[in-house]
Amino acid sequence: MKITPLVEIHQQLGAKMVPFAGFLMPVEYSGIQDEHITVRTKLGVFDVSHMGEIWIRGPKALDFLQWVTSNDVSALYDGKVQYSCFPNGQGGIVDDLLVYRFAEDEYLLVVNASNIGKDYNWLVERGNEMGLTAGKEIENVSDEMAQLAIQGPLALKAMQKLTKEPVTDMKYYTFKKTEFAGIPGAIFSTTGYTGAGGCEVYVPADKAVRLWEAVMDAGKEYGIKPVGLGARDTLRLEMGFCLYGNDITDKTSPIEAGLGWITKFVDGKNFIDRDLLWKQKQEGVERRLKGFVLIDRGIPRQHYPVYNEAHEQIGEVTSGTMSPMLKQGIGMGYLQKGYWKEGTPVWIGIRNKFLQARVVKPPFYKPED
Amino acid sequence: MNIPDNLKYTKDHEWVRVEDDVAWVGITDYAQGELGDIVFVEIETVGDSLNKGETFGTVEAVKTVSDVFLPVSGEILESNPVLSDTPEVVNEDPYGEGWMIKVKMSNPAELDDLMDVEAYQKMINA
Repeated sequence: MKITPLVEIHQQLGAKMVPFAGFLMPVEYSGIQDEHITVRTKLGVFDVSHMGEIWIRGPKALDFLQWVTSNDVSALYDGKVQYSCFPNGQGGIVDDLLVYRFAEDEYLLVVNASNIGKDYNWLVERGNEMGLTAGKEIENVSDEMAQLAIQGPLALKAMQKLTKEPVTDMKYYTFKKTEFAGIPGAIFSTTGYTGAGGCEVYVPADKAVRLWEAVMDAGKEYGIKPVGLGARDTLRLEMGFCLYGNDITDKTSPIEAGLGWITKFVDGKNFIDRDLLWKQKQEGVERRLKGFVLIDRGIPRQHYPVYNEAHEQIGEVTSGTMSPMLKQGIGMGYLQKGYWKEGTPVWIGIRNKFLQARVVKPPFYKPED
Repeated sequence: MNIPDNLKYTKDHEWVRVEDDVAWVGITDYAQGELGDIVFVEIETVGDSLNKGETFGTVEAVKTVSDVFLPVSGEILESNPVLSDTPEVVNEDPYGEGWMIKVKMSNPAELDDLMDVEAYQKMINA
């Protein structure tokens, strides 16, 4: 079992610790709902040091990333972040990721903890075909980097105290390399997995404790709390963000998953599965990832069946929870063609009952409401 | 950890409080702590006569679904009406406001098979 540099801090804070993606991680501290509401209304800090980081460098970096990722990397500029995925050559997804452009020939990929080994091997294999070398142009630095996510409407305001660089006006999905909390060369990015605003900060692993303490201290007057993986999941699900392994896998295509917006068929960008995905986009697909809210009282969970009015199965739940903000069951799942329109009634099979739900377009919760 | 000494306990972390031939049933402080925030309690067995060990309801926390089992055989007389709108009372007051059902016992001798506070304490510490 791997640990993050902050494991002792989590244990001292009384976190419930669970194995996740090979790491011993905090699932909750004060309670999932309390942590969730804290992030929606104030700010919370997550240890996400388990996430993977892989550098892609050199004169072929851009061409390589255009080939292995679905989004248009040429649209990036220095300091810009992009959400993307790696198509797997068979119509599925190797992983979803963030691409950070540091320079035209230098990019940082941030990938899911559960897929670090798979992604790195995939990139090295594809890279070798294009003349990129493992350990040189493709470098896995996951073990050397720690990451905290500070999320919530007060996050940027609180974090401004820790850097001279102006951060409160930073655009969504941009980043700066700067001194932060006295740590030189920190990466400060206005990204996150909660829809609540805020930032993610990357530092060398041996600076993680210092960063955590500075963040907690700076956030204290705003009511900061530590937040675990439990609320990370409910927060992302309220926004309809996909979770790899649940909502997207090596068997689901980006088009089916509603990730057409990160699948760019622009001129000059050839990429793995381009033809196959273009065909799906033109001709349509048989199933699509859709959101739904429960009208009846109940909580959808992964693998629960989804039915039509005749009680024929038309899909399966990939993620579900009780929304802490809506106090209502919400979920996502792949539904057959014909049941995609907003408002379509569907039924979730929960313990031998058919509970009525309605198809909606995420986000389930809109912070400005 | 709150484990009242006037209750009986099961290995599945239910508690029983006896008033005449009626048993009040809920889940223990330990159980609610392990489950985390309870967001849904479903009890659809009121009026049913069930045997000891049968499922009388379902407790859903944010991340998990757990069945709850009848500690003693009998007829389910009533479920706690506040749980449908405020399931969190099970977290806040598991032995009081967070009770789940009342059972008219058909075989009160089964109470002898349940654990007392010391045995339960020993089990959760093990």
